[in-house]
Amino acid sequence: MFHPTVARLTYRGLLGRRRIVVLLALPVLLLLVSAVVRALTGADDATATNVLGGFALATMVPLIGVIAGTGAIGPEIDDGSVVYLLAKPVKRPTIIVTKLLVAIGVTMAFSAIPTLIAGLLLNGNSERIAVAYAAAAAVASIAYSALFLLLATLTRHAVVAGLVYALVWEAFFGNLVPGARTLSIQQWALALAEKIGAPGAITSDVALPTALVLLAAVTTAATWYAGQKLRRLTLAGEE
Amino acid sequence: MPPESSLAPAQDVIHNIGYRNYTGARLGRRYIRRSLYVQSLRGAYGLGRSAKSKVLPMILFAAMCLPAAIIVAVTVATKANKLLVAYTAYAPYLQAVIGLFLAAQAPQSVSRDLRFKTVPLYFSRPMERFDYVVAKFAALASALFILTAAPLLILYLGALLAKLGFAGQTKGLAEGLVSVALLSLLFAGIGLVIAALTPRRGFGVAAIIAVLTISYGAVSTIQAIALARDTTDVIGWLGLFSPLTLIDGVQTAFLQATSDFPGGHGPGTGAGVVYLLVVLGLIAGSYALLMRRYRKAGL
Repeated sequence: MFHPTVARLTYRGLLGRRRIVVLLALPVLLLLVSAVVRALTGADDATATNVLGGFALATMVPLIGVIAGTGAIGPEIDDGSVVYLLAKPVKRPTIIVTKLLVAIGVTMAFSAIPTLIAGLLLNGNSERIAVAYAAAAAVASIAYSALFLLLATLTRHAVVAGLVYALVWEAFFGNLVPGARTLSIQQWALALAEKIGAPGAITSDVALPTALVLLAAVTTAATWYAGQKLRRLTLAGEE
Repeated sequence: MPPESSLAPAQDVIHNIGYRNYTGARLGRRYIRRSLYVQSLRGAYGLGRSAKSKVLPMILFAAMCLPAAIIVAVTVATKANKLLVAYTAYAPYLQAVIGLFLAAQAPQSVSRDLRFKTVPLYFSRPMERFDYVVAKFAALASALFILTAAPLLILYLGALLAKLGFAGQTKGLAEGLVSVALLSLLFAGIGLVIAALTPRRGFGVAAIIAVLTISYGAVSTIQAIALARDTTDVIGWLGLFSPLTLIDGVQTAFLQATSDFPGGHGPGTGAGVVYLLVVLGLIAGSYALLMRRYRKAGL
């Protein structure tokens, strides 16, 4: 289920040339903000939770997930070069799984690791906040990558659709309608963080077993459906 | 003259088959500029493009106007003596919609020209770099202005229907319009500069959203922390680092707006001048960057 050549091509498509700059900019900014905050306030658990929860997990992880998840296959479908890949004797689900693994790797590398470093910068992992948020970011990376990879096979406006989900659904509706929070990858990931962190340090609206089941379900369902979708992909011309 | 030439036509005659020079009016650069402007402005709302590409801008336009209509309805129904949301507070309130519109439409305006290499074709016409950049910039700024000014007009008409004071409402509308005009120019400049860097639409969309939301998120996080630490004089200056807080600062200092900064610690008039200068500098800077970007028309 893993094809090294496809993986290499995807990896180069994601990080090649100037694209790595976009991906690097976000973690660098997070570390910068953390350093500034630490200098302003000193080590403080509530501040660390605010920065990591509000900035890293709520904004940075979905954004990197959108870029890596849709970028893994979207541009190829967009310019039609995906037909050369599909013409090779490689199973379509294998292509999807390989691309997903690369997208997950990239998202984790650019979101979970910086989150961990930022957490250590902010309060030196007191109450295990840094590790908790890093784990949440890693888990969220998997689900976001799978979801946005599926979106990229469904629509050519995958980036906009993904951003609408991340910004409008999770951030905006999540704040207004509490029910929307149970259907948000961010909250599922937070459930894991709640378990890892010291009691009361981090709160989530979803219980841990539910969250893990939903995360696994979304990831597998999205991957499976993306594979199905790729089996009969129609290439649309530019509008 | 040889005699046979009068009998049969010569072999090597160039026939005049009626090609004529163009003698009509040459419409020139101004006409091209205007056409490109109109076409780009319509394109931002999907007019003259496929039905699919009308969906997103129209939904965003509706999402922008709907709250205004609701506010008007509530104001009329409850006979309130002022609008629930100030004119200047409306655009910041719906910043997510404005950001999505910009992210979706700035790349469609310039990235596709780069990707399909139509830019050299534009410049094969008697148009200059200046015309292309100005037309695209003005078109996107106008599209954003329409998006942000339409709800203000709805609010204004509703306020008049609810018999709120005419002079006060007109003044409020004027302040709101100045603020969204600045916002449109600033956002259009930032969006176009980012979009013109990449021929890939998807990356342009993500990069624009990233710049807008991340800068806003970072600034408001640090501001909130500064408020908690009672270092309130820093809050006003921190707003210089994100587009939306820049506009907030300008309208707080000059347009009688209530600041959204944590604790309402917006900049005073002195700092407001700096804000205004930074906004104007960013607009001019993005124009200059675009001119630089199109110096080489090929890529």
